Amino acid sequence: MTQGAAVPLSAEALAPIGILDPQGQLLPGAEDPRLEREQLLAMYRGMLRIRVLDERMLALQRQGRIGFVGTATGQEAAVVGTAAGLAPSDWIFPGLREGGAALFRGMPLEEYVGQMYCNTYDTAKGRQMCNHFQHQAGNFVSWSSVIGTQLPQAVGAAFAAKQRGEGTVCAAYLGDGATSSGGFHCAATFAGVWKAPVVFLIIDNGWAISVPASKQTAAASLALKGKTYGLPARSIDGNDLLACYVETRAAVERVRAGGAPEILHLKTYRMMGHSSSDDPTRYRDTAEVEAWSKRDPIARAKRYLEGRSWLDDARDERLREELDAEIRGVIKTVEAAAPMALSTLVEDVYAEVPAHLRRQYNAFLESARKHGDARPSDVPFPL
Amino acid sequence: MPTLTLIQAVNDALKTVMRQDQRVVVFGEDVGLKGGVFLATEGLTKEFGEQRCFDTPLSEDGIIGAAIGMALNGLLPVAEIQFQDFIFPAFDQIVSEAAKFRYRSGGMYTVPMVIRTPYGGGIKGGLYHSQSGEAYFCHTPGIKVVVPSTPYDAKGLLIAAIEDPDPVLFLEPKRIYRSVKGEVPEGHYTVPLGTTRTVREGNDAVVFAYGAMVSVATIAAEKVAAEQGKQVRVVDLRTLSPLDEDSVLEHAKQTGRVVVLHEAPRFCGYGGEISALIAEHAIEYMEAPIVRVTGFDTPFPNTLEHHYLPDERRVCDALEKVLTF
Repeated sequence: MTQGAAVPLSAEALAPIGILDPQGQLLPGAEDPRLEREQLLAMYRGMLRIRVLDERMLALQRQGRIGFVGTATGQEAAVVGTAAGLAPSDWIFPGLREGGAALFRGMPLEEYVGQMYCNTYDTAKGRQMCNHFQHQAGNFVSWSSVIGTQLPQAVGAAFAAKQRGEGTVCAAYLGDGATSSGGFHCAATFAGVWKAPVVFLIIDNGWAISVPASKQTAAASLALKGKTYGLPARSIDGNDLLACYVETRAAVERVRAGGAPEILHLKTYRMMGHSSSDDPTRYRDTAEVEAWSKRDPIARAKRYLEGRSWLDDARDERLREELDAEIRGVIKTVEAAAPMALSTLVEDVYAEVPAHLRRQYNAFLESARKHGDARPSDVPFPL
Repeated sequence: MPTLTLIQAVNDALKTVMRQDQRVVVFGEDVGLKGGVFLATEGLTKEFGEQRCFDTPLSEDGIIGAAIGMALNGLLPVAEIQFQDFIFPAFDQIVSEAAKFRYRSGGMYTVPMVIRTPYGGGIKGGLYHSQSGEAYFCHTPGIKVVVPSTPYDAKGLLIAAIEDPDPVLFLEPKRIYRSVKGEVPEGHYTVPLGTTRTVREGNDAVVFAYGAMVSVATIAAEKVAAEQGKQVRVVDLRTLSPLDEDSVLEHAKQTGRVVVLHEAPRFCGYGGEISALIAEHAIEYMEAPIVRVTGFDTPFPNTLEHHYLPDERRVCDALEKVLTF
């Protein structure tokens, strides 16, 4: 480790903790965590999978086959490194760009792509717009588009786990923009007071759509925010897979052992627009993007793996092709999905479909049948 | 059978479920050792410990956000918002999150939770301790809205709300917290959500009311009976959302003359929905225009609150209108 005091106060001490330099070499004074080959390759694969998926999804969006993509390009180490630092039973309350963490936890690719198509492969039954993932079996909670609301929820879920003595930790992901939200303030307040087993993972990618992180706070670093809530906080090089993993794991285990909730501030960069609907050249300098492209997290991890003789260009290319082939196959499957049952319009509002919704649906169905929008399997509710 | 006030019945309901189900936790501002500003949670921390009834930091969005997380992860939270007027910092959590979790997750994630909060005027509380905000929440699919008007219903409905698989906003008419008393069975019982209660029989007209307005409607009905010999039915809606629409339509058809009564402002208020429902499905049964008796379309006043709040005189005037049309 080069840096690393919890709750640093001076600007110098806020330099992000790193293990690898952008060339994938150990930083002076840093210690190689000597992770197992299989584990490292799995993490590398998890990052590359996100990169390839995002590329494919963007292409689909440009072709008009899906509606919206919010890529994690440039942030793959922050997503996978943190996810890998959690125990499989820990809960994740994600934001927009953490879908790759669900995949890393075993979310079937059909469900991921199904969510991008919002069709019957989507476990949320197409209720949410694209890029809003959930994976219940992996404790990866449904996310809304509202910024910061998931944070006090993570604290509540952590409280429940603590109440039952389960030893589960809740990871609450947020972006730099969300640190300005009321949700962050109340979540950090409650977490501190309740000593809830939660770790806040601030993926600071520099931009909240078009607003730079410098306009979110006058504080020298987002890690400083931990101080006022009584939460230990660290800044980490979010493009350094090893540092993301090692620091997350250490924080999660401290919290699991009964330590105070923690904040990890992962400094990274959003290489693409906010979403497929955004043109970042309107508000940011391409020189900034170019500078960050030299810090690419996947290239860095690849160089490290090459240094350990666990990866080379040919194997990397093969892996990329495998991942792409799998994704293309899944896209074919998902595109052939059966149509959504019309009754999903009114189901899951309540545990049971109440009388007024049954009536509203039945009246709609009559009209849908008249206009040829219903299938034989779309039947009225009993009244 | 013990005779309890409405607030005692709320307290009794909480104790009853907390004794039976370890998953139930009660929290909010001042609900711990103090027992809440109205004493709804009196004695809970003492009996169940600070792990199950506790004070929170002063943040309504934190309270409701945390309650949602607890509900997602297996607890049955009963969160108190000290006054309904203070609920709006949590509006986002209620409307965007609690009410939508089941739907947006395709039923994978659910939030069985109750938000208890005192609402309504008549205690000289001014703008910020008197409001009736039910319409905001009734307009939000996915959350149930329940209002008791008697101690019996307060206990039975609250237990039903805590045991319900969906989030419930439980609005307690604070003006009658201590002024109504009634027999309340000991131990566990429920009053099913989504049902109305006929408070007073009568076939000449019907008044639909809820909360503190139920007794106002009943006094008016007695007065009309004494003075004009007309029998006015009074129906307590009890669950505002999802509403028992069949029951409302049945009462409307049987009487043909309808008054809707609430404290909240009129424009886009709950009475508009009742009126529209009847107009849409039972207009041919109506012998008179449907009349609403409500608060004014103003913020809640202080000094003149007794004029803002509908009283039996205004209800009698409305009944006069529908009975003589």
